[in-house]
Amino acid sequence: MASKEKWGTRVGLVLAMAGNAVGLGNFLRFPVQAVQNGGGAFMIPYFVSFLLLGIPLLWVEWSIGKYGGIFGKHSTPFMFHQMNKKWLWKYVGVFGIFTNLAIASYYSYIESWTIAYVYHSIVGTFSSMNQHEVAGFFSNYLNVSSATTGIPYESIVFFLICLSINIWILSKGLSGGIEKASKIGIPLLIIFGIFLAIKALTLKAGHEGAINDGLAGLNFLWTPHFDSLANPKVWLAAAGQIFFTLSVGMGSIQCYASYLREKDDVALNGMAAGWTNEFIEVIIGSSIIIPIAIGYFGVDKVVDLVQLGGLGLGFKTMPYLFSQWGPVLAAIAGAAFFGLLFFAGITSTLAMGQPVMAFLQDEFSWTRKKSALAFGFAILILALPTIFFFEYGVFDEYDYWAGTVTLVVFAMLEVILFSWVFGMGKGWKILTTGAEIKIPSIYKFVMKYITPVILILVFLGALVRPEKDDWSTLFSTKYALHEESILGKILNKSIKYNKEYIADTYYAEWDGTITNVSNKSIIVTDLQGNQHPIELSDKDKPIVQVNQQIKAGDALYSGFIVNHILWITLSRLLLVSVFILIAWLVRKAYIKQKHALL
Amino acid sequence: MNGTALIFMLISEGIIAFVTIYFFMKVLRSKKGFNQEDESKND
Repeated sequence: MASKEKWGTRVGLVLAMAGNAVGLGNFLRFPVQAVQNGGGAFMIPYFVSFLLLGIPLLWVEWSIGKYGGIFGKHSTPFMFHQMNKKWLWKYVGVFGIFTNLAIASYYSYIESWTIAYVYHSIVGTFSSMNQHEVAGFFSNYLNVSSATTGIPYESIVFFLICLSINIWILSKGLSGGIEKASKIGIPLLIIFGIFLAIKALTLKAGHEGAINDGLAGLNFLWTPHFDSLANPKVWLAAAGQIFFTLSVGMGSIQCYASYLREKDDVALNGMAAGWTNEFIEVIIGSSIIIPIAIGYFGVDKVVDLVQLGGLGLGFKTMPYLFSQWGPVLAAIAGAAFFGLLFFAGITSTLAMGQPVMAFLQDEFSWTRKKSALAFGFAILILALPTIFFFEYGVFDEYDYWAGTVTLVVFAMLEVILFSWVFGMGKGWKILTTGAEIKIPSIYKFVMKYITPVILILVFLGALVRPEKDDWSTLFSTKYALHEESILGKILNKSIKYNKEYIADTYYAEWDGTITNVSNKSIIVTDLQGNQHPIELSDKDKPIVQVNQQIKAGDALYSGFIVNHILWITLSRLLLVSVFILIAWLVRKAYIKQKHALL
Repeated sequence: MNGTALIFMLISEGIIAFVTIYFFMKVLRSKKGFNQEDESKND
């Protein structure tokens, strides 16, 4: 039985769609990508990608959703089946449920960190800490058994609170839950963002411990390095940023759009939501973390810090920088910054919940509350490995396969379905019916040829990405796979020495010096000065001594060792199993539908 | 800020701000009906 839910207001729909797109990446990923890929010059490939990849994909997904909704289909397997009856397409549509489930499971965990950090900012946990201690706090927080607040299993407690909020909002329905949350969350997020941006840009060198003006950060971020435009890596990074910031290739846009009617506009709504995301990303996102970090650390250190990625910069560094503003302002700024990230996160996880719930409601006639609880339960089960085995790389595996690779694959296939299999003529009619803006007809050509080609190139680029991103080696004997390429990941290129699932000896992964040996741990300090602590169990026996120089591949200790590769392999198997389970449910629902028609 | 960085920032942010406000205002001013069915129909 198809759900009869509808959006309450048009602004609510646009804000919910914008909330789906606006995520932590707008504030943490975009500025780091811009800094690493040409500064101001990054905006050239960024805009080109938005015009040729982002906008067409938004329109394709809104149109697919509206078309599915006409037939009462709110989940991608059956939307795709409605577009083409060949068996393949409904299984391609499985990605539109799978990615939401898998991404929500680790994304809601990150979201729960923001709640914890709002709490710690308000109670002043960070006020007496130095920068090293703030960074250490984050590592302790992720260690499930530690209790930074005195609450046992604190990170799990905050995760359960976060999950409960999500389930509660989802159980209130589309207009009563998601739409209301977006109408509150997005304006608050913008207000918090503007407050932080003003504070960042008015930083004065010599005041409150700052060594640079806040504007020096904007200067650093926006100074264009035109030579970067010749590097394919920069173009791939821009395409990737546009792709991930708009939350395309997930199935959530299609799901939200499926609650529209046949004559409702999708062209203007899609643009309003997409550009709102850009406004928040480029204007607000670029004005917070980089200006503040440059203000306190200077350019050289920030260049090093961005190597940690946005999450590292946000959670390991920002609380320390806010603490320079005095206890009251630090509490307000911390609550505003992590509150902003929370609203960015929750409006996205709600969008991930709806496709899963819609599938259960449409195909198995489950109630909204039962579907919301089922979604929450599935997230809890899938999230536990990322929480307990975070340090073993399980979280990163989820992010890589579910949050990166499958999105590109799904988008590539759906745009081919829309433009080639379903047909551009029919697709264009759906897009333009009820449209309140005139869509340039060049976009027919872009959707049919340019966007699929870009997506195929992005996919192939990710598949065979060369070591050090040196594309000049691609067809030469010097070519080697990057460890983050898809093939490199499958071949476990990042794991060089501890390749057995279970072993009796653990080998060093770095050249360096042994700086500490005890019954509980060995600390290796690598040649760059980074410390790598290795925890030992009671039965493990160190076979190195303090101050001993070691090379990667040297034995460090013996015992019963379960290597990270085992957890990584198990997490991949878990994700594949989830995909197969959803495909099985889709098949079951399809057979049920066929029998009902007979 | 140096001149080139400022120009890049103003152009990029200016375009984005203008287009976002333009589309958003168009949505707000639209007189077209939207999902006008009675909300009590929602399950």
